[in-house]
Formats: sequence, structure tokens, C-alpha cells
Amino acid sequence: MEGLLPDLDVIRKDFPILERTLAGGVPLVYLDSANTSQKPQVVIDTMVDHLERHNANIARAMHQLGAESTEAYEGARDKVAAFLNAPSRNEVVFTKNATEALNLLARTIELGPGDNVVITEMEHHSNIVSWQLACERSGAELRWFGLTDEGELDLGNADQLVDENTKVLAFTWVSNMLGTINPVTDLVERARAFGALSVIDASQAAPQLPVDVQAVGCDFLVFTGHKVCGPTGIGVLWGREDLLNALPPFHGGGEMIETVTMARSTYAKVPHRFEAGTPPIVEAVGLGCAVDYLGHIGLDAIHAHEQAITAYALEGLQTVPGLRVMGPLDATRRGGAISFELDGVHPHDIAQVLDSRGVAVRAGHHCAKPAHARFGVQSSTRMSSYLYTTPAEIDALVEGLHHTRSYFKVG
Amino acid sequence: MSAELDSLYQEIILDHYKNPHHKGLRGDPSSAGTAEVHHVNPTCGDEVTLRVHLADGAEGRVVQDVSYDAVGCSISQASTSVMADLVIGKPVDEAMSIHQTFLELMQGKGQVEPDEDVLEDGIAFAGVAKFPARVKCALLSWMAWKDATAQAQSDSAQTGGVTHD
Repeated sequence: MEGLLPDLDVIRKDFPILERTLAGGVPLVYLDSANTSQKPQVVIDTMVDHLERHNANIARAMHQLGAESTEAYEGARDKVAAFLNAPSRNEVVFTKNATEALNLLARTIELGPGDNVVITEMEHHSNIVSWQLACERSGAELRWFGLTDEGELDLGNADQLVDENTKVLAFTWVSNMLGTINPVTDLVERARAFGALSVIDASQAAPQLPVDVQAVGCDFLVFTGHKVCGPTGIGVLWGREDLLNALPPFHGGGEMIETVTMARSTYAKVPHRFEAGTPPIVEAVGLGCAVDYLGHIGLDAIHAHEQAITAYALEGLQTVPGLRVMGPLDATRRGGAISFELDGVHPHDIAQVLDSRGVAVRAGHHCAKPAHARFGVQSSTRMSSYLYTTPAEIDALVEGLHHTRSYFKVG
Repeated sequence: MSAELDSLYQEIILDHYKNPHHKGLRGDPSSAGTAEVHHVNPTCGDEVTLRVHLADGAEGRVVQDVSYDAVGCSISQASTSVMADLVIGKPVDEAMSIHQTFLELMQGKGQVEPDEDVLEDGIAFAGVAKFPARVKCALLSWMAWKDATAQAQSDSAQTGGVTHD
């Protein structure tokens, strides 16, 4: 199959969990990577090594371990900056996850009555609720792009939605439900034309596409560590340095200050401005290792692999009677998450039967209830591949779906 | 593994799923002794709108009718159907006791022996207790029924009414 990673067998050996078997001795077929990715041995080892040999608090311990730990943490920032092609390492702020990064922006960007914030109907709840809260607090208006029947952004009324009162245009690069890849540079340009800040949720894009913040030209971009082969508990907010330094602090505490008196404090510049308290140190170190690992394989090669697997999966899913894929059917226009409905069987029940065969998928609303409502469904089943996914695993999914239909005596 | 799966998806459950009993809201929601609730399972999005009518019987309050609209998986739909069968026509106290028995079965991690005399078709859900992720599915409508019944009891003396949580 064209486009697959040439060393797929070798890559799979990097991920120890893929050798696991489940109840009944069936091998694991992990198709839930859009939920969280599996971790390569090198990330696990790097984190263990840090905890075994270098553990200390950072930037405040005047001893050798403190210096080593600080170097490892700040080294991770350099790796993430390189991963994003950021002009400056200072622009990389470590957060708990993408949700916290989005909430940081929604909390600190100044909004008021008369202003508006524009999002889209395909956002993850984290990029909806955080702006709903911001608009409720400030009196700003929340607007959103709708979706076409093909699961792409409906840009037909873009000229009415984004106007001179738009302060923020926030959107996902790749939909976690529909898989749609959005025209990010066009949206960024539209925001800039009206003086609005552009905020990109790259949680699903960063694992599978080359992300170059300078090429995209956005103002802010967020992603989470655990979907790019890193650990949980670590996310990234990238922003233009001048814009980040102009935002008021988010959390107050240690490490984010310049000086503190009982009457008032002054605040550090980014990145420390937004990293109050002891950060997730070993998680950052693990993330740095993970983005290095992806960079070593190459995001272009990973993207090609995802597209090949996605095309193969779309083809296989079409052989299942009564199955409807939501989102683009052209693999070149989408990411590796494919949500679908199967007539007569609820997603929970599909996931349960697949699980009994070792096939792990997600069932539910995938934190994208409005996007589901747009397609008239309450929930869906989602398979999501990654750099370690094989065509044989897609075959196992498709066979499992045929079996599910016969198990529930559908059709 | 298939045996494990079959213990979850008993024929009784699949039958109720395909042919649910008492589905479709009925009766006047504003009549006395009536309450309607809307419950959701936020993790999966399953929803039930459930209406309870209580009436005065010879030995106190009786569950005169239960009806519902629901969307969800086979376990949640079958459980709703079985629950309605079990509680309709029963005195409220007895229905609450059946509720408690079912709750204990679901929370028993597969260690509780179900009592067929009390739970009837409900014993088919014994296997669900071994799947922690599915216990909430089985309990969704039972919790909605308990909530609606409590509301119907508290306002039935007055005019009845519809509430949404």
C-alpha cells in the first residue's frame, strides 16, 4: 500500500503496549488514538530516567540536581519550539492540557459588550464552553460557522460572521469527530483582515500534520501532549511573544512574578508569566522526547501514513451495510479520525462487541455534541488511527463490524 | 470472550431492546400526581424523558403509569422497558423496594445473586454488573423514575406539574 511508513514493523516495536493481549487472549487493535495516543519506549524511558536520576524542582533549587532538572525542562521547551517552528522559545507556554490553554486565552483576552467571538460548530467542547463563559462574563456575543452536509465549514456567511467587532476567531485545525481539515491559513487571514486574534486548536492536527506557526501566521495555537505520543498532564500554548506579554496573568503564584510586595506584584515575561507554581516537570520532559521522536520519523511521512490508512479504512467501512460515515469521504481532505453510524446498533453496543474482539474504539459524543446534533445523531462510533496502525488492524475493525451486525441480528 | 459478551447481552435484553414496552409519552403531564423528568448520561449522551402518574389505591399511593421517550444503547433501552413493566401497578413503597433491589444488583460487581421473584426480567441485567462502564446505562431510567416518583409524591396533593432538571 502506497504511503505507509516504510518501517512500520520497527515503529510498532517502539510501542510496548501494542504487544499486549486482552481478555480471551486476543491481541490489542488500538483504534482510539484521537482519544489518546500510545507511548513509545523512548518516552517512557526518558521519564523514568528523569525521575530516577535527575528529579528536583526547577529554577529554584541551587544544587546540581536542580540544574539538571531545569535543563531538562527548558530543553523540552526548545524541542517544542522546534516542533512548531516557533520564532522564539519564549513563546512556548506549558499548560496542563489543551483545555487549560484555551481557558487561559478565554480568561485573559479582553472582551466587552459590542465585541464578538467567532468559533465553529465542529469544535471540541473545550473550544466552545471556554468562549461561552468568556462571553457570559464580558457581554460579548458568541457567533459560529455552521457545517455543510459533507462535514466541512460553511463559509457562505463568513462576511457576516467576522466583522470589525470580532475580537477572536477560534477554530480547530482538524475536527476530532468529523476528521475535517480546515482551511487554517484562510481563516487566519480573515481574522487578521478585521484585526481579530486567531486561535487554533491543533490538538488533532499536531499528531498527524506538520505544524508551522510561522507558515500558518496565526496568533495563538494550542495542543495537548498525550495525543502526540507524550504523557497526560502537559499541554502547550503557543502565542506571539508580544501578544502573550500583553495579556494579564492567568494564575498567580510562584515563578510567574518579577517581584512581590504585600501591596502589589509585578509579573514575569513569558513563558514564566503563565507558568505559576511547580509545573509538570517530568511530563514536559516526556513531551519534549515525544515531539523529537515524531520529528525523527517526520511529520510528512506520518501524514502520508495516516492518509493511506484513512483511505483504506473509508473503503473498508463502505463494505458494511447500513454504515454511514460522518465527515468528508475523501481521505486527502481529512484526518485519521472517522466517526460513523451503523443502522440498528447503538455506538455503545458496537464498541462493546468490538472490545470483546480486542478492537478499541470510542463510542459517544466525543466531546462534540453540537457537531453530532448538526448531523442529527446523538452519538457515534469513532475509529482513529496513528503512525503505528496497520491495514490488518483496519481489516479487524471491518470484520468486527460485520460480526456486530450479525450479533445484533441486523439486516 | 464471546461467553462474557453473551452474559451481557442476554436474549431478554435484546428482546426488550427490539420491542420496548411502554415507550412513548402518554397521559396528561399537568394532571395531579404526575411528574416528568429528563435525565442524561453526560459521558455518552444517552437521554430519557420519563413521566410518572401516581394514583390513590386501597393501600396507599400506587404507580398508575410510567411512560417515556428515550434514546440510547441496548442496555439503557431494555432496562427502561423492564423497569416500566416492573413498577406499573405496584404500590409506591413496593416499587421503591424493587428499585433498591435492582440498584444493589447493579452495584454488586457481579457478586450479587439476582432474585427472580422480585426482579423478573430484570435478572437478565446481572451480567451488566460485571461491566463497570455499562452500569450507568442500566441505571439511567431507574434513577429518572425514582426522581419523578419523588416529585409526583411531593406535589401530587396540589395540582401536579412538569419539571425538568
